[in-house]
Amino acid sequence: MGIIETKKLIFEYIRRDEEGNVEGITRAVDQVDLDIKQGDFVAILGHNGSGKSTLAKHLNAILYPTEGTVWVDGKDTAKEEYLWDIRQNAGMVFQNPDNQIIGQVVEEDVGFGPENMGVPTKEIWERVEESLKAVGMYKYRKHSPNKLSGGQKQRVSIAGVIAMHPKCIILDEPTAMLDPNGRKEVIRAVRALNQVEGITVILITHYMEEIIHADRAIVMDQGHIAMQGSPREIFSQVERLKELRLDVPQVTLLAYELKKSGVSLPEGILTCEELIAALPV
Amino acid sequence: MAIILNHVSHIYEEGTSMEAAALKDVSLAIPDGQFIGLIGHTGSGKSTLVQHLNGLMKPTSGNIFYNGADIHEEGYNKKELRSKVGLVFQYPEHQLFEIDVFSDVCFGPKNMGLDEKEVQLRAYAALKQVGLEDDYFYQSPFDLSGGQKRRVAIAGVLAMKPEVLILDEPTAGLDPKGRDEILDRIAALRKETGITVILVSHSMDDVAKYVDRIVVMNQGGVMYDDEPKKVFRYYKELEAVGLAAPQVTYIMHALKEKGYPVNTDAITIEEAKDEILKALGMKS
Amino acid sequence: MLRDITLGQYYQTESVIHKLDPRVKLVATIVFIITLFLINNFIGYIIAAVFLACMVKLSKVPFRFMVKGMKSIVFLLMIAVVFNLFLTPGEPLFSFWRLTVTKEGLKLAVMMAIRLVFLIIGSSLMTLTTTPNNLTDGMEKLLSPLKRLHVPVHEVSMMMSIALRFIPILLEETDKIMKAQIARGADFESGNLIKKAKSLVPLLVPLFISAFRRANDLAMAMEARCYRGGEHRTKMKPLIYQKRDRAAYGVLFAYAAVCIYFGRIFTI
Repeated sequence: MGIIETKKLIFEYIRRDEEGNVEGITRAVDQVDLDIKQGDFVAILGHNGSGKSTLAKHLNAILYPTEGTVWVDGKDTAKEEYLWDIRQNAGMVFQNPDNQIIGQVVEEDVGFGPENMGVPTKEIWERVEESLKAVGMYKYRKHSPNKLSGGQKQRVSIAGVIAMHPKCIILDEPTAMLDPNGRKEVIRAVRALNQVEGITVILITHYMEEIIHADRAIVMDQGHIAMQGSPREIFSQVERLKELRLDVPQVTLLAYELKKSGVSLPEGILTCEELIAALPV
Repeated sequence: MAIILNHVSHIYEEGTSMEAAALKDVSLAIPDGQFIGLIGHTGSGKSTLVQHLNGLMKPTSGNIFYNGADIHEEGYNKKELRSKVGLVFQYPEHQLFEIDVFSDVCFGPKNMGLDEKEVQLRAYAALKQVGLEDDYFYQSPFDLSGGQKRRVAIAGVLAMKPEVLILDEPTAGLDPKGRDEILDRIAALRKETGITVILVSHSMDDVAKYVDRIVVMNQGGVMYDDEPKKVFRYYKELEAVGLAAPQVTYIMHALKEKGYPVNTDAITIEEAKDEILKALGMKS
Repeated sequence: MLRDITLGQYYQTESVIHKLDPRVKLVATIVFIITLFLINNFIGYIIAAVFLACMVKLSKVPFRFMVKGMKSIVFLLMIAVVFNLFLTPGEPLFSFWRLTVTKEGLKLAVMMAIRLVFLIIGSSLMTLTTTPNNLTDGMEKLLSPLKRLHVPVHEVSMMMSIALRFIPILLEETDKIMKAQIARGADFESGNLIKKAKSLVPLLVPLFISAFRRANDLAMAMEARCYRGGEHRTKMKPLIYQKRDRAAYGVLFAYAAVCIYFGRIFTI
């Protein structure tokens, strides 16, 4: 069994009118089966409203399944006795950098998780130091979060999660509100965590450039899994991605267009270097 | 010439130890009907600059002229200026407040003192311009999806019938399709009405295929100001200040280095494809 | 820049007073205020003045920062002085028009003025030398015995520190929404009171919606990081009394004893 597994996961929102009568039911997540191995880097893609964020919130017991089951590290998220274990093992980083930093000083914010877990004071300091170093924010430890850039704030949020020593970290569109520099900073930090620390990463995004380094990509649409495979396999299906309101990196699109015009190229080119190497001389 | 900026600077906390220049000696001329991309990373001064164009911020030195008149001259009608130079802020859906979509869009024209009928005609036309279906007109703006809310907010500014439309990061937080929809709408609108558009963005990719001219801001000053393909020739310098040219530019330069006879000015996928096919001796 | 506003106007520098445990400073401020109201002669005030002057000197905060806080209470101070001056019955000193100044009134007015000025300087000394966060921590620890009476001490202090973090963010947001509405022709300045109040709707509705959205997000983020109230919680920066804190308590109580002894026994 992997670190995260879901079986026939269904989640329904019940819409009510002003008197509280049920107006309708929206199925945000529909029959999702996932199996994520320890140490994997998995990207979950999908347009806004495809159900990807709702799915993410099931992975650390913020939402509970309407039907089906979610296991984190072998523990059923619907069982209350596992709640704190699950939240510690599956850390979560959210979209808006301003709305998830609690401390007024960077180091205090990173210490918030360990404090809640009841970690002894001395160890909190050690964890804060190592976490801030892991995301390259150690020299900002005495700063006020309000004065940091978006990318820096998100790295602080990531440090706040890894200070809890999770086995897995779920990032729910961590770069959606950042500029290109901030996006790069955050993705670099996330990749380092995955490769150096061996933490399982689940990255939810709609920026296609960010998933190139993932081991596996899952595309969501209308609550269910529409596509699944390596980034290369996913990107080779340009038309299908467009139908799903997504796009592909420019270089992939260019290679796709060239191929259509008769240039012989392999499927799913992801980087400029690949394209140049593959072009016939 | 619609807008002229003459040596405009904006310095915060002038004369104190906290002194920080948000704008440094910016001179620009924005003629009628142009489609301009204003590019820069966070903190480059681009948002400060656009707030000067409709008089929300006042330069600490320098002058701004709109249709020949200094907008900070005594007695200048700022309210009228703001209806002529429409500014759509970043995440504009955060300013929606009315009980339904239609009344929210009416807010701008109503403030202009127009009569009820004209207000409604304008609101209706603006909602049509952003492509919102009639079914949504009497819904609460808060029940719409993110992309729809954003379009309502843009309509709220369009309803004032501005001559210049400024959009600050209109695609932030939208998914790829939503982003293309908004940008295509704006491009179409400009074609139909001939309105001047200033698109503020930190992404070259987004603006490259739409705009006639790119103004690159860095550290409060104008770094480059030219047509897109000329600006992208400086792709190495742009990278040094944390901006990137479109991926296509990199590909074309790399190909040129490898000896392919391609024109490195290609910026869209379409242009790049034609160039590469030509270089390979194939017809598109 | 709105983000730069710090509530409670903390002044960053290295000094003994800055390093003291926030509980010491809270207790000291309260004790100092109590002594001010117990004293009824000028010797007491001289002692208090010397004590206060020493503390200000030790804190290394420029005196003008203390005076800054005074500006806001000038009006209050004047009212207190005027009322005491003219409305205290006793031996008349001089009178003009229908008002009479008495000897007792003069004494009371001067005392009241001194009390208020000292009170303001004393409490701004505390806020200038203690970060808001430190202050909430100190309050939580100091009031923790009240937990037994089911007073939600931890929750209140958590609320205060979250409020302190979000005030600058919401101020900035207010500024942004206001500008966005002005760009749509809104007018927040002209008109009578009713019109003005009405003009605030386009500002307040989006602001409240945003505040609730932030609250919701933050609550989720806190839960995701295992927050479950004050139980089982450890502290990254626990408050532990150092030698200097004990010494400070000693000095404080010595001052209070001397001040009250001389301040209440001698009379002029």
